[in-house]
Amino acid sequence: MTGLLPVIVLAGFAGAALMAVVSASWAARIAAVTAAAVFVLAAGAIAEVGVGMTVQAPFWSVPSLGIGGGLVLDGLSLIFALLISGIGALVFLYSGQYLKGDPRQRRVLVVLSLFMGAMLGAVLADDIILLFVFWEITSLASYLLVGTDSTNANARKAALKALLVTGGGGLALLAGLILVGMAAGTTSISGIIAAREAVLAHPVAMPAMLLIILGCFTKSAQVPFHFWLPAAMAAPTPVSAYLHSATMVKLGIYLLARLNPVYADEMVWQSVLTWFGLATATAGAVLALRESDLKSVLAYTTVTALGTLVLLIGLAPDVSATAAMTFLIVHALYKAAFFLLAGIVDHKTGVRDLTALGGLYKAMPITAAAAVLAALSMAGLPPFVGFVGKELLYASTMEADFGTELLLIGGFVVNATMVAIAGVLSYRLFFGPRMPTPKVPKDPHWTMYGGPVLLAALGLVAGGMPELIGGALVQPAASVMLGHPADVTLKLWHGFNVLLALSAATVAAGGVLFAQWKRLHPRLSRASLFERAGPSRAYDSLLADTIAGCEAVTARIQHGSLAGYLRTLFLTAGLALLGTLLLRQGFAAPPLEEWLAVDPRALAFLLIAIGAAATAFAGTFLAAIIAMGLVGFATAVVFLTFGAPDVAFTQFAVETLMVVILAAAIVRLPISGADSRALPRKLKDGAVALVTGGAVTAVLLAVLAADFDPRLGEWFGAASVAEAHGRNVVNVILVDFRALDTLGEIMVLAISAFAIAALLRAGKKETAQ
Amino acid sequence: MKPSLILRTSAPILLFLPLAVSLYVLLRGHNEPGGGFLGGLVAASGVLFFAVARGAVEARTVLRVPPIGLAAGGVLIAMLSGLPALFAGDGAYLTHLWAMEPLGIPLPLSTTLIFDIGVYLTVMGVACTIFLALLRWQEDGPDAADPAARPTNPQA
Repeated sequence: MTGLLPVIVLAGFAGAALMAVVSASWAARIAAVTAAAVFVLAAGAIAEVGVGMTVQAPFWSVPSLGIGGGLVLDGLSLIFALLISGIGALVFLYSGQYLKGDPRQRRVLVVLSLFMGAMLGAVLADDIILLFVFWEITSLASYLLVGTDSTNANARKAALKALLVTGGGGLALLAGLILVGMAAGTTSISGIIAAREAVLAHPVAMPAMLLIILGCFTKSAQVPFHFWLPAAMAAPTPVSAYLHSATMVKLGIYLLARLNPVYADEMVWQSVLTWFGLATATAGAVLALRESDLKSVLAYTTVTALGTLVLLIGLAPDVSATAAMTFLIVHALYKAAFFLLAGIVDHKTGVRDLTALGGLYKAMPITAAAAVLAALSMAGLPPFVGFVGKELLYASTMEADFGTELLLIGGFVVNATMVAIAGVLSYRLFFGPRMPTPKVPKDPHWTMYGGPVLLAALGLVAGGMPELIGGALVQPAASVMLGHPADVTLKLWHGFNVLLALSAATVAAGGVLFAQWKRLHPRLSRASLFERAGPSRAYDSLLADTIAGCEAVTARIQHGSLAGYLRTLFLTAGLALLGTLLLRQGFAAPPLEEWLAVDPRALAFLLIAIGAAATAFAGTFLAAIIAMGLVGFATAVVFLTFGAPDVAFTQFAVETLMVVILAAAIVRLPISGADSRALPRKLKDGAVALVTGGAVTAVLLAVLAADFDPRLGEWFGAASVAEAHGRNVVNVILVDFRALDTLGEIMVLAISAFAIAALLRAGKKETAQ
Repeated sequence: MKPSLILRTSAPILLFLPLAVSLYVLLRGHNEPGGGFLGGLVAASGVLFFAVARGAVEARTVLRVPPIGLAAGGVLIAMLSGLPALFAGDGAYLTHLWAMEPLGIPLPLSTTLIFDIGVYLTVMGVACTIFLALLRWQEDGPDAADPAARPTNPQA
């Protein structure tokens, strides 16, 4: 099994590479088969992991940076891996049909497959750095996928919003993870959990924890960061079903659950998660009632579910861990089904507005049946698994150590709203009066309804036999989350007790709310309070202010005058050198007698001086360029006579090329004219030149005054032949000892060539117009 | 103004002589003055002479591959030359491997040379990209006498 873990992680990436070179229809098949294979592989571990064992494998370690890498499959990873690959397979199957004929189909599938690999990597990683890398890949994939419709400004804006919010949170997360890693003395997640005391006793334990929570909250769309999730609905529906409901937004939940054994007893952890979770759940429920767009309603109910999960992680009793893991499965099953069904309705009717749809039952019976099944699970009615989840939720709130009443009321409101929305999404949509639609609706190809039907049916199966998922999936996952073996018994029927009464009351209240939806919904959508008070507005103004600020700064420093840039560069360099010399009292010069020693090689320096003076006082640009050439060639002569033939050779070649290029390009460049600068400007430029030149001279004199340290030269001279088999030390340093530097330099060269080519091409286009 | 007939006729020599020299410079670089950087510059000057004699378009045709592709390929080769070391020796990237007598022939070969070839191609590609672009810009440009058609600075 150990060898299979890297396969599980890399399958998505390998699939993506393969899909990039085949046709779109084959890409969909490859993706679905890859995901299904991963699902089978992961499912094969159920027996092993179910008895509390973990599977470990080495993966991507960087010892020089202290990164251990490694993958681990335990109960918590397994539940996520199964959801990611299982729902992934269905979504890929669905996308093959949903995006058929769309030119972007293959691209979407490739990114989705990359995303799947990154998700699996994130939940299997046993190393915080590895986890973070995969975490960020999912954010990037989400950016690309939300912006699929790149010609649509709203989609681009939504993609950027998702990226900035989750990416900003990612930075906080990275900081938090690094702090925790430092406190624990290891980057391994199992190591951090084992070093729990050290992590908690560290002086920065609290900020580290809050940073991690912040990162998880942005990823999992908790209040006040929830606003990016509804906006992300600009993505194609299969993407929304996969990323923004079933998997990616659960990554924050995953990490909170993963680190729960470290922080579970911390009061701050408990209260922050509980209250933010409750606030998110209620806000999502209320906002969902406002919406009439099918996908927006689903997005806000997802926010609610994410809030509920965070709330459950925050609650201390063991039963809440069971509740969290059960609800995770419950929600993934019904919500993915609903999203895929929403896509079918949108696809087949051309309408996504709830108020303009109704009575679709006759036209699309299979779709309607799946929606009813999913809705019953969402509403938490027996014998669906949603019922089991809801009972556990109530049980957790009742056993909570603090705020029991408030939690119970909040939970009741949220659950009743979910009942009402489940009713809206099934009854209003498919029954009741038939509304006219632009397209004639009918049931889609089986690949599209297969997924939602299967998911909704699983909700019924799991509800009928809750011990099935209870023992195999929930128990091992809850044990990991608690840090000790959990006592899990999932039952559909607990007898007549308070919980059942609560459930009945919830359904009744939900029914009333559903009946009133038609009247309540327009009032809520008209209320402008939500727009004015929402954090989305704060995001918008922050973004606008940042851009305006950048524009102001850019306008100031990027003035577009080449001469101005050069002045800034030279002055900065010169003043920095002089300042350092002044501060460190480094002014020095070699003794006078050394200055007077006569050397025939000084003639070359005379040439340089003449060339420099001629450049400064040349009347035309052309004359200045030729004079500069003189400086260059004379410098080459200096190199030659001082025993650096390589450098001299290069200098000659460069100077020759420069002269030829300038001669060839001279017709078009404005260098044939005379120097048109006014006298004050000339004086200013001269002053800049004097400061910079003076600074360099002072530095060189100081260097000459110091004792020459020959160690480096001697070492390279000795090691050149012995270690690198080369007698040309300069070349050996370039290609062997300092090969990485050279690699960086040639990269810079290549990049600047790209930039120059692009600039010249842009200039050409402009002239062509 | 067209370059003289003599210049145009001798263009191939002006191209191939520096190219041959550049290869020599490249190969001797490890022990004598030379190497990939210098070789690349010499090779580029050959292409430049040819371009001056026959025009940028023809020089581009003679090169067969786009010069920017040479540069990118050079960087790629240099990067790849460091990979074998990951699977041999002490496993550090860009630690060069040597075969002093491959197949019994006393001809020292190494990944150093591959790296240097990468440098050679990059330098040649970059230099060719820049001056061929400049030359094209000059050749294809509008009539310089028409001030309205001159390239203008978008910021100005």
